[in-house]
Amino acid sequence: MSQDFRLDSVGLINRDKKLSFKFNGKQYFGYEGDTLASALLANGVHLVGRSFKYHRPRGFFGAGVDEPYAIVQLYRNNETEPNIKATEQELFEGLEARSVNCWPSVNFDIGAINNFLKIFLPAGFYYKTFMWPKSFWYRIYEPFIRKAAGLGVASTKHDKERYEHKYEYCDLLIAGSGPSGLSSAYAAAKNGAKVILAEDKPRFGGSLLTDDVNIGNQSGKNWAEGIIAELKTMPNVVVKNRSQIFGYYDHNMLVMSEKVSDHLPKTKKYHPNKRLWYIRAKEVLISSGSIERPIVFGNNDTPGVMLSSAAKEYLKVYGVLVGKNPLIFTNNDSGYETAIEFQKHGVQPTVLDSRKNPESEIIDEAKSLGINIKNSYVVVAAQGYKKVKSADIASISDDKKQLGKIENIICDCICVSGFWTPSIHLASQSGNKTKFKEEIDAFVPGTSKQQETTLGAANGVFSLEETLKTSFEKGRELSKKITDNDNEVSIPNVVEKKSSKHDKFWCVPLPAGKNYKRFLDFQNDVAVSDIEIALREGYRSIEHVKRYTTLGMATDQGKTSNLNGLQLVSEIENKVVPAVGHTTFRPPYTPISIGAIVGREVGKNSKPTRKSPMHDWHEKNNAVFVDAGVWLRPRYYKRGNENLFEGSKREAKNVRTNVGVCDVTTLGKIDIKGPDSAELLNRVYTNAWLKLPVGKARYGVMLREDGIVMDDGTTTRISENHYHMTTTTAQAANVLSHLEYYLQLVWPELNVNVVSTTEQWAGAAIAGPKSRDVLQKLFPNLDVSNEGLPFMGYMEGNLFGVKARIFRISFSGELAYEVNVESDNGNFMWQKIMEVGEEFKIQPYGTEALSTLRIEMGHVAGSELDGRTIPYDNALDGLVSKKKDFIGKRSLQRAAFTAGDRQRVVGVVPLDKKTSIPEGSHLVKDANAPLPNPKLGHISASCWSVEYDNPFSLAILKDGKNMIGEKLFVMSPLKNKVIPVEVVSSHYVDPKGERVRS
Amino acid sequence: MLYIKCPHCGMRPQIEFSYGGDASVKRPELNKEISDQEWNDFVYNRKSLRGKHLELWQHISGCRQWIKVERDTATHEIFKTFKADEEVA
Ligand SMILES: [Zn+2]
Repeated sequence: MSQDFRLDSVGLINRDKKLSFKFNGKQYFGYEGDTLASALLANGVHLVGRSFKYHRPRGFFGAGVDEPYAIVQLYRNNETEPNIKATEQELFEGLEARSVNCWPSVNFDIGAINNFLKIFLPAGFYYKTFMWPKSFWYRIYEPFIRKAAGLGVASTKHDKERYEHKYEYCDLLIAGSGPSGLSSAYAAAKNGAKVILAEDKPRFGGSLLTDDVNIGNQSGKNWAEGIIAELKTMPNVVVKNRSQIFGYYDHNMLVMSEKVSDHLPKTKKYHPNKRLWYIRAKEVLISSGSIERPIVFGNNDTPGVMLSSAAKEYLKVYGVLVGKNPLIFTNNDSGYETAIEFQKHGVQPTVLDSRKNPESEIIDEAKSLGINIKNSYVVVAAQGYKKVKSADIASISDDKKQLGKIENIICDCICVSGFWTPSIHLASQSGNKTKFKEEIDAFVPGTSKQQETTLGAANGVFSLEETLKTSFEKGRELSKKITDNDNEVSIPNVVEKKSSKHDKFWCVPLPAGKNYKRFLDFQNDVAVSDIEIALREGYRSIEHVKRYTTLGMATDQGKTSNLNGLQLVSEIENKVVPAVGHTTFRPPYTPISIGAIVGREVGKNSKPTRKSPMHDWHEKNNAVFVDAGVWLRPRYYKRGNENLFEGSKREAKNVRTNVGVCDVTTLGKIDIKGPDSAELLNRVYTNAWLKLPVGKARYGVMLREDGIVMDDGTTTRISENHYHMTTTTAQAANVLSHLEYYLQLVWPELNVNVVSTTEQWAGAAIAGPKSRDVLQKLFPNLDVSNEGLPFMGYMEGNLFGVKARIFRISFSGELAYEVNVESDNGNFMWQKIMEVGEEFKIQPYGTEALSTLRIEMGHVAGSELDGRTIPYDNALDGLVSKKKDFIGKRSLQRAAFTAGDRQRVVGVVPLDKKTSIPEGSHLVKDANAPLPNPKLGHISASCWSVEYDNPFSLAILKDGKNMIGEKLFVMSPLKNKVIPVEVVSSHYVDPKGERVRS
Repeated sequence: MLYIKCPHCGMRPQIEFSYGGDASVKRPELNKEISDQEWNDFVYNRKSLRGKHLELWQHISGCRQWIKVERDTATHEIFKTFKADEEVA
């Protein structure tokens, strides 16, 4: 099978390796080294999609990242990905792709009716049309727009690909491997600088791959290959192809997306699909080149109209002819270079040059080759629907306002060159205020904002000789500053053809009586007429015009459209382009996969998972785990077919009747040492700490400066100047930072050191009436009687040869102890507790039973200490010292905090003693009151009381102190429940606290 | 992502730090009688400056020291960093 548009033995593709692929269901073949675009063009396929708004047929416009049309849905290894540029996607065996924006097919698209109804779709169409009636939005407008618009479909499946993030530091980061990138990289590398050279395409060399130039007595392409080969051997250099630097962020950090596997049929095992590089560079060299800009004329979106540089690239890199009867339309010498390549390969082009009498070496060469050239000529309109069939052309007056007689000439493609636009995106992202360069009708970087330098075509320098010279010098100079080496590199001699000045001409006037669409933004279908409407309607700022018309807002970010849009605005507004100014460039330069941005932080890796030393035991004993912050904690230990409710009830009941053991390793622990430790505690906690004796623990509450409760816990005095603080699991890190803040910044005179010991200790809470029996068995030589180890007492012991700390503290309201051993011994401790506890019917209990026990005792926890409550609200006002000052005390005097009807924690029991109360429900006085029904409070925590065998909840209730005995309603619109309840004391079980002291 | 010089550890990426607000705020002394206004200014009232701003950061994933950072809130330029007890010149 031959390819009609492929030249023999031209290009850089590997003709030994044929690849088959499918486009819109049809089978084709191409070669290794092709892009999807070049392979389709080789097969004569030009129609690749439909436009966004009018659904007009669209083909290929560029050959790389600037492509506005050829966006396809890709199918690879049973996955699908939208928004893939066919001009960037490398061909692989078995590739499948489909057009987007067309339904039912690219050849027959119902949406194309928009093209004939285009009167309805002018600028601002979305703003104007879909505004009313409001009820139409969800039912009619949105579904219609969703079906008609969009650039492909995202997969709904879990992405099996792996994406990596990498952090890198370098001396010089160089964006782009064209002439300036290669020379600066080479000079810097020779000075020993650590260099990263990034190229977004698969091949290095940039314009040297297609330009007919000579460097150091060899072709530009060969010179580039030689430099790259040498750079690759240098240990201080990283060269990366398929790697797009897409964002320039603060403090010289740039982000690069490396396509590791997109060119392969399937990602190799253990390889990522993409790798995102976060690169902190001392110096950044932007050598991103330039993008050819189109000239605007009628029907300039017809498939077959493309940039002349793209036509040249398809020919020289891929051996593909984009047409056999090409028409070149140019305002500068670049069009001639493309024409010369066509001519050399046996295809006779016609050149239309808008200039009157241009003269240069390049033009002379074209003439000598016998190329047909028409000066002062323009394309008025492309003719043909799904493919260019001919062009209406005309001569144009010197002032570019009058067209001559329209002639029609047959052609199968129109290659356009409207001169070059420097790719200033990265420089602009760095904060560089760009400036307009009159000679090239485009913006170039101004003064560097960060440590960035723009070189070559990206800086508006189009002479190769000058580019090489400045780039070698810059690479040498910048690297010398960093490495102190200064190795001379001789600058090679350059042979390039001199070109003449371009014509400041960018838009062909409409011929009389014709109303051709002349597109500026090809991806968002913004035409000259749309900009005219926006300006007529009063939009002036270019930022507003952009948003109203969507000019430059498509996924290509207006790479080919921005400047022509600006030219138009400036012309109508009678301003110069720099006065209009350009819109802001923002990262990413080109669309980046969400997967690459997310990296490996997905699923279970989206946060760290911490496990206690006893985790394996819990797992073996059927624990059902729950996430508690980053920790995994047993929620309950499932027996047989028990559910959560049954299991936790059994566990809680066993604590109340016998004894239970709970893994409390996750509690935050902070070791506090130093002579001023007591003073620190006294300032941090609301209650008094100066007189706590050695060997005693105390419960404390700490506030933020605004008076809100921050955390609670017990702190134990281990020895004279040594304390052990516990915090809640959730607040452990915050409390440590809080203490460090005060010690380092506010009271540096306090001689105290704090350090987290959460990981150092494994903890087991042993609770229940028989807990003392278990403790005695664990420590047979200790006096653990009520006198020997009273409530809130502390002692150290030897647990079968292991050093242990024993605290008599209780969270469950029962007689209880907490035993800590060094983490490595946690499992041993746990097994010993289970062993000696067996005769007392010990059972492990999880967080659900733990909650039940604390709720029915009226112990406040995270759900009450929710960042909105003060000590009074939590019935902790008894712990607030009146004598001393502490953090947040002054705030407690605020009027709202001292109001008589201030909210306070209460207990709530359903009148029927049966209906469970959903957490988060509201409490109201009258269930039938009109909305909005005044809310008196909310349910903070609910449980099934094992003591009374009925539901019980804690609530934060307005004027809670005086509400005991009141009948209210719990309302949960979410659960559709209205429950009559009675307000009771929050201390539902053992209100006098006798058990903990027994 | 900012690049912050910890005066104890050297240049480190922003992800190692945690932001701590305006460094010029001074906590009123303990046990001192102060007006509601003074207290409110300390707890709540902050200027939202555009430009040079002295702020607190904690090197939480490093040395855990609180440091002072002089930063431009508009451009993110960092002029100088200081240890907690260092005088800001
Ligand atoms: Zn540090």
